[in-house]
Amino acid sequence: MNEPLLGLADDELVIGWRDSEWTGIAPLLEEDVAFSSIAQNEIGHARALYELLADDADALAFDRPLEEYRCAPLVELRLMDWAHAIARRWLYEVADEIRIAALMEDDDAAIAGLAAKINREEAYHRMHAEMWRERLQDAPQFRAAADDLWPYALGVLPAEQRESLATRVGRDEVDAIERGTHTDELAELWNEMTMVRRSAPAGAQW
Amino acid sequence: MIWEIFRRDRAGQPFEHAGSVEAPDAEFAEAWAREQYGRRGESVALWLVPRDAVHVVSDWADEFDLKYRRVDGYSIKARLKEARERTSAGPR
Amino acid sequence: MAAVEIPGDEQAFLAYVQGGGQVEATDWLPEDYRAKLVKFIEMHGNSELMGVLPEREWILRAPTLQRKLALTAKVQDEVGHAQLIYRVVEDLGKPRAQCLADLISGKSKFHNVFHYPTKTWGDVGVIAWLVDAAAIISQKALLKCSYAPYARIMKKICWEESFHILHGRDVILAMVTGTPAQFELVQEALDRWWGPLMQFHGNPIPADEDPMFLWRIKSQGNEEARQQFLDGYVPQILELGLTIPDANLRKRDDGVWEYSEPDWAELKSVVTGHGPRTADRLAFRARYLEQEQWVRDALAA
Repeated sequence: MNEPLLGLADDELVIGWRDSEWTGIAPLLEEDVAFSSIAQNEIGHARALYELLADDADALAFDRPLEEYRCAPLVELRLMDWAHAIARRWLYEVADEIRIAALMEDDDAAIAGLAAKINREEAYHRMHAEMWRERLQDAPQFRAAADDLWPYALGVLPAEQRESLATRVGRDEVDAIERGTHTDELAELWNEMTMVRRSAPAGAQW
Repeated sequence: MIWEIFRRDRAGQPFEHAGSVEAPDAEFAEAWAREQYGRRGESVALWLVPRDAVHVVSDWADEFDLKYRRVDGYSIKARLKEARERTSAGPR
Repeated sequence: MAAVEIPGDEQAFLAYVQGGGQVEATDWLPEDYRAKLVKFIEMHGNSELMGVLPEREWILRAPTLQRKLALTAKVQDEVGHAQLIYRVVEDLGKPRAQCLADLISGKSKFHNVFHYPTKTWGDVGVIAWLVDAAAIISQKALLKCSYAPYARIMKKICWEESFHILHGRDVILAMVTGTPAQFELVQEALDRWWGPLMQFHGNPIPADEDPMFLWRIKSQGNEEARQQFLDGYVPQILELGLTIPDANLRKRDDGVWEYSEPDWAELKSVVTGHGPRTADRLAFRARYLEQEQWVRDALAA
């Protein structure tokens, strides 16, 4: 199993799941609609990545035990205030751009091709994140949120890509909160995410 | 600010008014209008126009009965009926 | 044709709309018409917005990626509809912030179905299929609303709702052809939702006593809508092997559906703010509105 790719897929699934927690309660209705599209795109990316990795994308997405997920702590956090949610969106998009660019150079044509597709869709996410960052950059809530999430953001990328992230974001590199240990929040998320699916035998149609 | 949104349904079609979006600037208006009028692929292009920029024209003077300029100014039906009746009645 | 002149007195206005005439935001509107229109449209916007809450938890629990995407898109549409609708209300003179404040304080209302809990994935199917079907019948009738800006957004709303019914039916079909337990989930959900569904279109008011009909804001009576729903959907429900929890439901020879009298007291109680989930859903909405006020302020700056 391609671990970095699985990590990317799990990141997209979980951040898509987290972003969809804002459905109906975003600060403005217009933004609610936009944010929801972004969440759907992330889940769509996860699905496409899972399909590269396995025959049954749903089984890979939902049927693993908790410890087999490879997502980064950044996406696992439950962030139900807008400053944190948007700060995460922004930091995640910048990090994602770096790793997707690397994947577009992958020797495997299927991976490189999918990365290119994802990259084209992400252009809209970057525009959206940058738009909000510009608008909120001087707000103390946003600055505090970005400070909180910075070590987590670094943990999204492998060590060799972190300097690039720090440069783009205009911050100093600090100790990252690494992938590998899941937060308690992931357990809660996983429970809710799989409760309906687990209520029927494996292979049941929905 | 209120932005009026015009959308082009597909190539070859004119832009049509689709609704309005409230947004603080063109960037937000674009992000939000893309969603509201394009997320299901229903538009190939959008025009976003601040409501204030729209110059409204909605009154006309029609003092003199210039019927010849309008479709209802012609009473084709009656005369066509007469012409057909004459024709079916035989050559002149 | 000469430019249409909207009559400047109420009687002439009434004749104009009853003759099929439509008006715009910039036209003169009788005070009663404007007031009833705002209240009606506002309630629709409130309903789209509150309709999100029963469904959003199931997005998080969707059992496949496809269902998760489809449900997210459906709920996204509801929020989009609320945006369209509140814009229309705002152009009639009532700002969105005021609409939201009135919603939360209970001063304005939203449709009965959104005051009830959702308990299982069966509810997800029943809501997307049958509640949306009931709604789309009313919404199609609004395509002829005398107030043109509202009629125009109804076109987009109806188009988007048609996707929801497809999705709902697909969810139901997967379950009724799945395990016995899954079939039971659907039947149990239907048993709970049938009452509210029958109340949804409101108690029958004769057209000539319904101001909404007189002003041609609505072009269909409540009973007509309900009959249309039963005609369209009872056969579809029965053909799946489901039973409808009303022993008196039957179609007469003259084509009219008979049914047990819906609980109009329940409808009134629920819609005036005493539904099982009314208070906590409004509180939930209020909490986030308050919490994110600073964001709206930052955008307005």
